[in-house]
Amino acid sequence: MPVLRWIRRNLVVLAGLLTLAYMILPNVVVMVFSFNRPKGRFNYAWQEFSLDAWKDPCGVADLCGSLSLSLRIAFWATVGATALGTMIAFALVRYRFRARGAVNSLIFLPMAMPEVVMAASLLTLFLNMGARLGFWTVLIAHIMFCLSFVVTAVKARVMSMDPRLEEAARDLYAGPVQTFVRVTLPIAAPGIAAGALLAFALSFDDFIITNFNAGSTVTFPMFVWGSAQRGTPVQINVIGTAMFVIAVAVVLAGQLVANRRKSNAGN
Amino acid sequence: MSVTKAPAAEAVVRKPSTRRRLVPYWLLLPGILWLLVFFALPMVYQASTSVQTGSLEKGFEVTWHFRTYWDALTDYYPQFVRSLLYAGTATLLCLLLGYPLAYLIAFKAGRWRNLVLVLVVAPFFTSFLIRTLAWKTILADGGAVVDALNTLHVLDVTAWLGWTENNRVLATPMAVVCGLTYNFLPFMILPLYTSLERIDGRLHEAAGDLYATPATTFRKVTLPLSMPGVVSGTLLTFIPASGDYVNAELLGSTDTKMVGSVIQAQFLRVLDYPTAAALSFILMAVVLLVVTVYIRRSGTEDLV
Repeated sequence: MPVLRWIRRNLVVLAGLLTLAYMILPNVVVMVFSFNRPKGRFNYAWQEFSLDAWKDPCGVADLCGSLSLSLRIAFWATVGATALGTMIAFALVRYRFRARGAVNSLIFLPMAMPEVVMAASLLTLFLNMGARLGFWTVLIAHIMFCLSFVVTAVKARVMSMDPRLEEAARDLYAGPVQTFVRVTLPIAAPGIAAGALLAFALSFDDFIITNFNAGSTVTFPMFVWGSAQRGTPVQINVIGTAMFVIAVAVVLAGQLVANRRKSNAGN
Repeated sequence: MSVTKAPAAEAVVRKPSTRRRLVPYWLLLPGILWLLVFFALPMVYQASTSVQTGSLEKGFEVTWHFRTYWDALTDYYPQFVRSLLYAGTATLLCLLLGYPLAYLIAFKAGRWRNLVLVLVVAPFFTSFLIRTLAWKTILADGGAVVDALNTLHVLDVTAWLGWTENNRVLATPMAVVCGLTYNFLPFMILPLYTSLERIDGRLHEAAGDLYATPATTFRKVTLPLSMPGVVSGTLLTFIPASGDYVNAELLGSTDTKMVGSVIQAQFLRVLDYPTAAALSFILMAVVLLVVTVYIRRSGTEDLV
């Protein structure tokens, strides 16, 4: 049986593609149902084709407000976590100091902790401090849990950097500031960018920690969560589809730029 | 370095060098302070909350009431067992599903590699709540998936195993595990891919030259070399899955509640802070225990 033999030989490829299909399927469903005109409140069954939701993505009360809030939080969380995380990463890779082990475990622990545990414990802190839950408590929480991921991403890049490049810059009479801005930063940039991108995605998408510490403030994931009970507007699928398309475009564009740089460097 | 320098120069060098020795601490200070205040300190507060008694009206007080732990465990052990069971099953499924895809990207994708990687990462950027809600549509009663499973009599088997009920998938353990598996697959695939990609392709050729069958090559060469990826992938999947309550709430029913749902309800709706704090401490302890034992057993302590 040649067909069976072909299947056996390509078993890994077939299984891998099946997994890929499993991963993409919900995105396809979200995309298809963004063109649906649902009957009633719930957008779970296909009715008929319509472009209404795409023409008016903000047509649902509070949706775009929550979206812009999430974008603002994600932006500042990215700025904060990237700045703090990059500094920690440089300290860990470039310097030998006491308490290095303790610092390493303090960085590792937030990633090895179920999110509910962190969310709940942070809430007890805020309650004990009498803090008002809202934008600031969410931002503080997001910077906290994004920090470790930024450190890991930047560390990986800085570790593979050749310190002799910086020594060479100093030998050529570059000052410390000049060396850092002209040599160190450009080399570390891809790691910092990866960390920042990760922080943005994590913060923008976070639900559990936000749900505990937001009070009555509604971020986009919380809006989606609430709408699951009340009835999901088609506009949610529109936003989901747009996010997917933008993300794919950004990542592909980034790779294109990287490839061109690489081929330029090769010439 | 200063050893090789002349003694006279050393005295001049010493002052900036003490300042330089402080540089790492200045670099660490803001970030570490942030983690200490908003990660470590909250744990202490939670520990103290878990041994308090009282009510919201009268206020809570530390009374070293350890019974809360015992009560929380006896009241909610089904949710605990379920969480570990669901998270464990989802982790195993992630490994079985993710390994071939990671292998495909690392060794077989060729010029498609970047595209496949993008397709693995891209769902990260669409809100995971929206994607989880999409599973509600996919697994809906009378939908294509349920119809197909019914026609093939798969649902009879899964119902007999207790995974599904009444010829439906939604609101059953199977739906929750399906959602968990789906949501955490990228966390399994990426570490697997990273460790597979590091393997020198010539090792496979060498194994083939030594008359190893593809299966033997995989068992003796590829799998052992990918163990760091397997370990970090399973941890990155199991830990978040064990505390997750989004999948259980959106795709499950009251019979499939996980411990995360209980913690959330106690904290945000019932406002029984001591019980909620005790529960989340037990969850943390169980997860840390499982992780420690697992890392010891897999013998990759230095690789994680």
